Amino acid sequence: MTSPTPPTTRGALERREARLAWSLLLPTILIVSLVIILPLLSIFWISFKPVGLADLRPVAPMIRESLRERSGQMVVEYRVRNSSQQKEITGLGFTDTLHDGVAILELPEFCAVDGLQLRCEFGDVPGGFNERVRIPVALDGDAEALEEIVEGSAPAGYGTGDNILTNTEFTLENFARIFDGDEFLSVLWATIFYTVFGTVGALVVGLFAAMLLNKSFRGKGVLRGLYLFPYVSPIIAVAFTWVTLLDPFSGSLNALLIQMGVTAGPINFFGQRPLALIMVTVFEIWRYFPLSFLFILARMQSIDTDMYEAADMDGASPFQKFWYLSLPMLLGILSVLFLLRFIWTFNKFDDIFLLTGGNAGTRTLTVNVYEQAFAVSNIGAGAAVAVVIFATLLLFSVFFFKYISQEEGL
Amino acid sequence: MHMLREGHVTAGLIGIVWAFVMAITVSVTLSFASGLGFRPGGIGCLILGLSGGLAALYVRDRLVLFAGFVLVAVALLFTPVTPLVFGEDVPMQWRLAAAISFGVFSIWPLKVMLVEAHPGTLTRHAFEDAVIRFLTGFGYIIFTAIVLIPFYVMVMTSLKSQQALLRNPLDFSIELSRGWDLFTSYTELFGQFGFGSYLWTSFYVSVLTVLITLAFSVPGAYAVARLRFKGRAAFSRSILLIYMVPMIVLALPIYIAFSMTGLRNTIPGLILIYPVTTIPVALYMLQGYFRGLPVEVEEAGLMDGLSRLQVILKITLPLSLPAMVSVSLYVFMIAWNEFLLAFMLLDDPSIFTLTRGVAMLNSSEIPRQHLMAGAVIATIPIMALFLGLERFMTKGLTAGSVKG
Repeated sequence: MTSPTPPTTRGALERREARLAWSLLLPTILIVSLVIILPLLSIFWISFKPVGLADLRPVAPMIRESLRERSGQMVVEYRVRNSSQQKEITGLGFTDTLHDGVAILELPEFCAVDGLQLRCEFGDVPGGFNERVRIPVALDGDAEALEEIVEGSAPAGYGTGDNILTNTEFTLENFARIFDGDEFLSVLWATIFYTVFGTVGALVVGLFAAMLLNKSFRGKGVLRGLYLFPYVSPIIAVAFTWVTLLDPFSGSLNALLIQMGVTAGPINFFGQRPLALIMVTVFEIWRYFPLSFLFILARMQSIDTDMYEAADMDGASPFQKFWYLSLPMLLGILSVLFLLRFIWTFNKFDDIFLLTGGNAGTRTLTVNVYEQAFAVSNIGAGAAVAVVIFATLLLFSVFFFKYISQEEGL
Repeated sequence: MHMLREGHVTAGLIGIVWAFVMAITVSVTLSFASGLGFRPGGIGCLILGLSGGLAALYVRDRLVLFAGFVLVAVALLFTPVTPLVFGEDVPMQWRLAAAISFGVFSIWPLKVMLVEAHPGTLTRHAFEDAVIRFLTGFGYIIFTAIVLIPFYVMVMTSLKSQQALLRNPLDFSIELSRGWDLFTSYTELFGQFGFGSYLWTSFYVSVLTVLITLAFSVPGAYAVARLRFKGRAAFSRSILLIYMVPMIVLALPIYIAFSMTGLRNTIPGLILIYPVTTIPVALYMLQGYFRGLPVEVEEAGLMDGLSRLQVILKITLPLSLPAMVSVSLYVFMIAWNEFLLAFMLLDDPSIFTLTRGVAMLNSSEIPRQHLMAGAVIATIPIMALFLGLERFMTKGLTAGSVKG
């Protein structure tokens, strides 16, 4: 007698289920790959391109048409321009529809009329090309009405410009530039300092806050809500509030410190090294401690109280209970939080950008993306920094998946 | 270490530190409330704290202890060793109020902290108990202060006039005599700066983001949570991975693509991009919740002849309503607070979202109180939502894990 074995092929039901699953997932996969995967791939492409902010405006012909009187003669005037000052356009030309009541008297040699279609060719033109084509015409009818008709139909320009984003010109210049010497070291240092101390600080402060609220008393709900304020409110509101509060000239904190005799003159918290870096890290801790607080508190409340009773019976002191019982129980959530927060702090852009704009030694990698791409107008270099960030993140995520267990529910 | 566990030493040290904490707290609070000059006095705090701590060990009767301490604190005001130092212009009633509140808030918690302490060597238990009670009190004060002060400053600055702010940056007292003029900044923001329309733009962009996010993530989450198919594990991991890609990395190519396609500087462009940043989070949160629902209910539905889609619509969705509320709130919060994309993609002041509008106010030509009023306007709706639906919100925050 043979023992029954499970089927080795996929049954119809199973296939149907998989089909349903994929069709449910399809919209998400499509939109996510369109808006996330595609940009990610393009960032690799751009990082090897010598492309600046000005190159984003496509090189294209710009043609404007007008009907006007010039030295007693009515003319249709076409103003033909190359939108770029540097790059040439090959095969520039335009077509326009002629209208009844507007009879052409004389044509320039590069233009031709085919039925009601006017076509003018300019060939290859250099950057900064700008020319007026005047075609004398005889009008038959009301000039104003004709002007409206003529100017109402836009001429169609054509011609191809070289687009830096799609051609095959590559360079390593961007990477050479961002890895260049002192600046890179200072960016790296700011990133490491901000990420490590921001993460650890938010965890420790959050742990402290969670211990405060891990007992029942009246007003606990109010305090818990209150401690979440920094995280819930818009970053833009709290960041500007901090800037206002710590302003060296009109800030309340400086006024307070001077009045209390702590300092003689105002301190420029966000404007001097190395204080600015410390202050943005403090802000990061302030803004994100609520999150770790919330997680740790949730975990604390699920710890079995029997254990503490047993420890009490054995005469354990409060610190011993914390060190030998609570902390080991919290280790799981703490390490998960550490990894996740570490990655998110590393990714943080808004906070520093709003507080210091990346000045005074607070330029982290993420701020450097913006700095290179928009402040220095070098999109390619910005993309190169983004590639560095992405590579680092891939490295982190290896750790992430290795150490975060599914049981933690994350 | 053993020295520390001597009752007198413990009580004295805690007393001194606590007296300093309270003196600073009272000074800061009163300075922020009145704009007058208050600061702690070193020697006075030292003496009062030490004596307060020791007295808490010996004096059993609470009333005697409290009354005595407050009296001493008030009496010391008129000596060189005052615990609180005042500016020239501080009137007498403020000084008395400061000294009395300092006295009460010093000795009362001290008595509570030292409840297990006694003269002589303390047991480890009693010692640590005192330290922990001290740390607890200290923690409440410090956390409440660091959270409240920025928000207090934000609200109060928005109600001040430019001159008053420059005259004394510490003076946050409300000039009630100004009447409705207090809200000048707000009326100007809503009038000249068009914040009414920003508020509306932010609102409908956020709501649309929530709706689109749910439309995409509910089916996706259901598939990941319930259906068996090849690549399920890989899929849920890639959700997490995508969740970790920083916005600034994506913002650059999106900026380029939007510039070239003309989607930049349009609201549809924003509505196209916002849900994509939230779909992974929502998918992740929802699939966790769907997994927790009992399969048997759905199987019963299937047995009774419902199709999968009917099961989702008629069984799973109604059961997961609380989770949907949490996810919606969380997504709404992300969309409402979003700054980077709005900042990079919007240039035209007529279609700004609220955060972009507030960013516009950060210029040297626009007075500070306008900026703070803008911050208040951006904060209030999300705070109201948070306080009204805190239960759902905290659940959303915990489940949404750790989105920055």
